Amino acid sequence: MKLRSIHYLPLAFVVTFAYFYRQDGLVATSVLYTAIQFALPLALAAMVGIMCERTGIVNIGIEGTMLISAFTAFFAGAILQNTGRGMIVGVLTGVIMGLLLAVMAITWKMDQIIAGVILNILAAGVTSFYYRQNYSIPSTLDPIDLPVVGAWPILGPVLSFHGPITYFGVLIVFTLWFALYKTSWGLRSRAVGEHPSSADTAGVSVTRLRYLNVTIAGAVGGLAGSYLALEAVGIFERGFTAGKGFTALAIMIFGRWNPLGAFAAALFFGLTQALTNQLMIAEVVEIPFQFVTMLPYILTILILAISAGKVRPPAAEGIPYEKEKS
Amino acid sequence: MKTLLEIEGVSKIFGSVIANEDISLSIKEGEILALLGENGAGKSTLVKAVFGLVKPDSGSIKIDGEVMESGDTAAAIAQGVGMVHQHFQLVPVMSVTENLILGDEPKKFGVVSMKRARSEVLKLSKHFSLEVNPDAKIEDLPVGMAQRVEILKALRREVKLLILDEPTAVLTPQETDELLEVLRKLAKRGVGILFITHKLREVMAVADRIAVLRGGRLVGTTTPKDSDESKLAQMMVGRDVVLSVAKSPAKPEQVLLAVKNLRVNDDRKIEAVKDLSLEVRSGEILGVAGVEGNGQRELVEAICSMRSRLSGEVFVKGKSVPNMNPRAAHLSGVSHIPEDREKHGLVNSYSIADNLVLNRFNEVPFSRGWIRDLEKVAQNGSELVDRFDIRATSASVSAASLSGGNKQKVVVARELSQQLDVVVASQPTRGVDVGSIEFIHKQLIAARDSGSAVLLVSAELDEILSLADRIAVISDGKIVATFSSAEADRNTIGRLMAGLSA
Repeated sequence: MKLRSIHYLPLAFVVTFAYFYRQDGLVATSVLYTAIQFALPLALAAMVGIMCERTGIVNIGIEGTMLISAFTAFFAGAILQNTGRGMIVGVLTGVIMGLLLAVMAITWKMDQIIAGVILNILAAGVTSFYYRQNYSIPSTLDPIDLPVVGAWPILGPVLSFHGPITYFGVLIVFTLWFALYKTSWGLRSRAVGEHPSSADTAGVSVTRLRYLNVTIAGAVGGLAGSYLALEAVGIFERGFTAGKGFTALAIMIFGRWNPLGAFAAALFFGLTQALTNQLMIAEVVEIPFQFVTMLPYILTILILAISAGKVRPPAAEGIPYEKEKS
Repeated sequence: MKTLLEIEGVSKIFGSVIANEDISLSIKEGEILALLGENGAGKSTLVKAVFGLVKPDSGSIKIDGEVMESGDTAAAIAQGVGMVHQHFQLVPVMSVTENLILGDEPKKFGVVSMKRARSEVLKLSKHFSLEVNPDAKIEDLPVGMAQRVEILKALRREVKLLILDEPTAVLTPQETDELLEVLRKLAKRGVGILFITHKLREVMAVADRIAVLRGGRLVGTTTPKDSDESKLAQMMVGRDVVLSVAKSPAKPEQVLLAVKNLRVNDDRKIEAVKDLSLEVRSGEILGVAGVEGNGQRELVEAICSMRSRLSGEVFVKGKSVPNMNPRAAHLSGVSHIPEDREKHGLVNSYSIADNLVLNRFNEVPFSRGWIRDLEKVAQNGSELVDRFDIRATSASVSAASLSGGNKQKVVVARELSQQLDVVVASQPTRGVDVGSIEFIHKQLIAARDSGSAVLLVSAELDEILSLADRIAVISDGKIVATFSSAEADRNTIGRLMAGLSA
């Protein structure tokens, strides 16, 4: 493999981290811990995008899926006074959003961008119309103290004591990678996303596989929403997801539609955010916080500008499949 | 010999079009049946019914004596039917192995075993002596090789009946001969072969029996022994067809089109036309023969100013044609029959009359100032529909409602009804039925005789041989040889097209 500048990044990262760790170990590890927390919803949302686009369905409704799932997860958790059940409701909401996209994009053969916009508008409308104040969930999901790993030096406090969705989310990333490249489901999904008629003539049902993948992706999107409401923050606000679903699309592209690549990209995003936060709190640099909150969006634009034209999306993306007629 | 396939009284109607009407056919083990017919004769519908892609309205299809579940591809595959599609059903970014196992993957604990898959592919390719590289990506393979993968894909499912839908359309003469050899070999092993084509030469060369369809009906079956090419053409069209084009010797005069040291990139930004020069004179047809993808498309688009030239110039009547300005190319006297009529030739949702004035809708008499003169447009429309024998209910119906051959006639009518100095015709008869081919050929010769310089680019060597006064062979973006029509020789040209030396 050709050694490009991007391959020096991990090295640069380790060196920089070592330097900061010598300065202040506690702060250095806590920045990394926060980075993971910032990265997780982005990574999960990018998985949603990958699962859909790899089978040829463009999903720009990830933002809406996360938003409405965060909403239902939070209020179900608050009303039932049970955070775990809230999470289940959140995931189910994601499934419904996935199915909705599937019906519009696959059965009705609607323009998939419009279908995604519909999901986003629907979510924004529902979540602000039914929003009520003075609700609270009993507690956020309990963090898990990892055995063995938790006791490791340096890495222990970074990797341990995250919530259950975080660990499950990382599991999803690796499982998806394995499934996509090593199982027949993955081979078929990728074939459907690249050249659906060749899958069809080989006896693979394009419609069924697309439905399946978009629906599972919906569940993952629901999980990402639940994470925000129940694990990361513990509250719900209007416009709560703040464009994370769109940033995830950039992360997906940056990761070249590969789950591991997207995960790495999400970690990079999370790290920049955690780092800037830390710099601001420590008042090392004095920049107005507005600029700090801009950072993910600016990064998104930069990344898209850099990778535009160089990446190759699944060829059948966004095109409804029609069996040849006559 | 056992009967493999029995089609009994199959009918299929799409809307108001009868695609198949009461067709009965059979194929025995080890038999090669060629299915001949014009475009829209119902060949594709019939084979798709056999492969389960189309559900017939009535009639039955039996394979090996068992009635086939209609409209179910998976069932057809299970019963031993394999199909090699006209447009390859291969995933370009995947490897040969991945393509071959798709849909029926060898697995170990639910995980695809690429090792087993690979050895399976090697065994398969050895068994049928069809050599392939299992690790090559489809998009890197030449067309003939990709087709081989497509055939292997069918053979892997232990086919008893192999259907090939116009398999030779994209092949060089040499690749075609190889394919015909492969078909004979498979037939010897007892595979029944149903082979769709409209190239009469191939039918005569390889078929055991020939079935001819016309207008959705079976007009008859015959054998190569009891028939010849003109008889088959007559059966296909329903009337006598002149296969060889009658034309007087060319009287070339001054140079009208000159291309000098042209270099052009393709879509992938790779140089596709490499320092190419050519000249076409008034009153002659220069045929550019070559396997598709050797720079023909880029050459044509650069001449018509639709694609940016890296360097070099194009002159019409001695005047340079500006780069990247199709309108200027048209105004300087270039008419263009594009290779892809759906993309560059027509607007499907416009009426035939509007399509007929696409290149001069804003010129007198079709518009006055900013206002279009719709009456003149309609008048021009109905006149050209008559003159160019476009089969449509009227000139006001949308182009989308026309068959491929008639769409092409619309393009030809628009481009040739105006007397322009240069005619650039790219694959002018692709996907067009025999009757329309004859007509389009006549129109090109008429353009030549009236003093235009005609540049004909075609992947069909027969078309070039019968029309062109001079033949230039293009390979890898360069003209490798030029012949006069008298000294042209099929085999030599075929070798040059394949990139070999003559």
